[in-house]
Amino acid sequence: MDQNITLTVNGVAHQLEVPARRLLVDCLRYDLGLTGTKEGCSVGVCGACTVLVNGNMTASCLTLAVAADGAEITTIEGLAYEGRLHPIQQAFVDYGGFQCGICTPGQIMAAKALLDVNPIPTEQEIREWMMGNLCRCTGYYKILESIVAAIGPTQAQEGAGEVNR
Amino acid sequence: MIDFQFHNPTSLDEVFSLLDTYGDDARMMAGGTALVIQMKQRLVLPEHVINLRRVPGFAEIRQTSNGSGGLTIGALCTQQEVATSPLVEQTIPIVAQTYRHVATPRIRHMATVGGGLVHGDPSQDPPPTLITLGATVTLVSANGQREVALSDFLLDYYETDVRPGEVLTQVSIPAVPSGAGAAYLKFLPRTADDYPTVAAAAVVTPGEGNVCQDVRLALGAVGTTAIHATDAEDALRGQPLTENNIRAAAALVKDLVDPLDDYRGSADYKRDMSEVFARRAIQSALTNAS
Repeated sequence: MDQNITLTVNGVAHQLEVPARRLLVDCLRYDLGLTGTKEGCSVGVCGACTVLVNGNMTASCLTLAVAADGAEITTIEGLAYEGRLHPIQQAFVDYGGFQCGICTPGQIMAAKALLDVNPIPTEQEIREWMMGNLCRCTGYYKILESIVAAIGPTQAQEGAGEVNR
Repeated sequence: MIDFQFHNPTSLDEVFSLLDTYGDDARMMAGGTALVIQMKQRLVLPEHVINLRRVPGFAEIRQTSNGSGGLTIGALCTQQEVATSPLVEQTIPIVAQTYRHVATPRIRHMATVGGGLVHGDPSQDPPPTLITLGATVTLVSANGQREVALSDFLLDYYETDVRPGEVLTQVSIPAVPSGAGAAYLKFLPRTADDYPTVAAAAVVTPGEGNVCQDVRLALGAVGTTAIHATDAEDALRGQPLTENNIRAAAALVKDLVDPLDDYRGSADYKRDMSEVFARRAIQSALTNAS
């Protein structure tokens, strides 16, 4: 049963008419054409579909679009600003935080959610926070190093610093 | 997913009225982490979904007003809020610690405390800890409200004592008794975000001369609900807290559990591990006692 909703995605308000069963991930990808958000496991385990809903990291594969009515949503497309990558994105490029790329939007959105609430996390805090974002390529160290790098060199000394292998 | 009608009530009265109108055709949804998966898998096919997230007043963590030092947690609090709440950490730290074991931070940001409890999955982390603390849930309907001990509320596999027209609004958790220690152990041989193979929670109050003044013990993931191991408690209560007595009490849980064979272990293995983790939980709780 279709319902009218408003989603503000990356700062742009969209009026949509969607069936109640429409998942947020499908709404983003198919109704709004924002295919940066990926769907992996479809049961909330892998983290590929992570987006921010009112600032909270959320599995868009388990979220009904109608339940997000009125929400502010940030996807991977909303991070770069005026042609410049977000510092977390740049760190993933610089530190090889991705290979095939399918998990990367979710990894970066989860990392953003962490740094938004905890700007200088310790390595252990990063590991615990990121445990729900699976990657089959990198072996995780490069992801960890990318996030540490995104904290910034000065802060990293107070926080995670060198990554322990 | 089969389509359905989605309702956004903004008061409990509206929820009651929707429940009255749609009865068994309706399901309530809070975080949706369990229900959406069940709907995707067509295990649950509601014609109406009642969204509770816009009902105000049930998302607060506060100290219980009777001055007992306990906590009252609104059903719509996310599990992450409980896991990271300074108030919970200061008041009943074992509750925050237990919620930090649930799934992953992302799921904890979505899943609510009340939603988790009414879901009634026997493998969840919070129920064993909440049972050992003597937690109760409040169920409200158009006709009034009642309070039920969590150990009585969990009836069977995915079955709880929510009656037609009722909404779980809060969980009340008494403080850990003075001098007692608490522990929650999650045996997790696979991945960190998995359900436990076996989980055990204990609260131990040592008394004069190292005699066990009181003990509470509950197990998760080894039966159709979280199991309150009263037989083991009775065996230890009043006895000296010696290694042998703790072992003997923990051994009794093997007769109380009824685990399933699955990829987390065989039923026999889980039964053996139930005893091991019951013993370790009692010992950890004793170590944590001040």
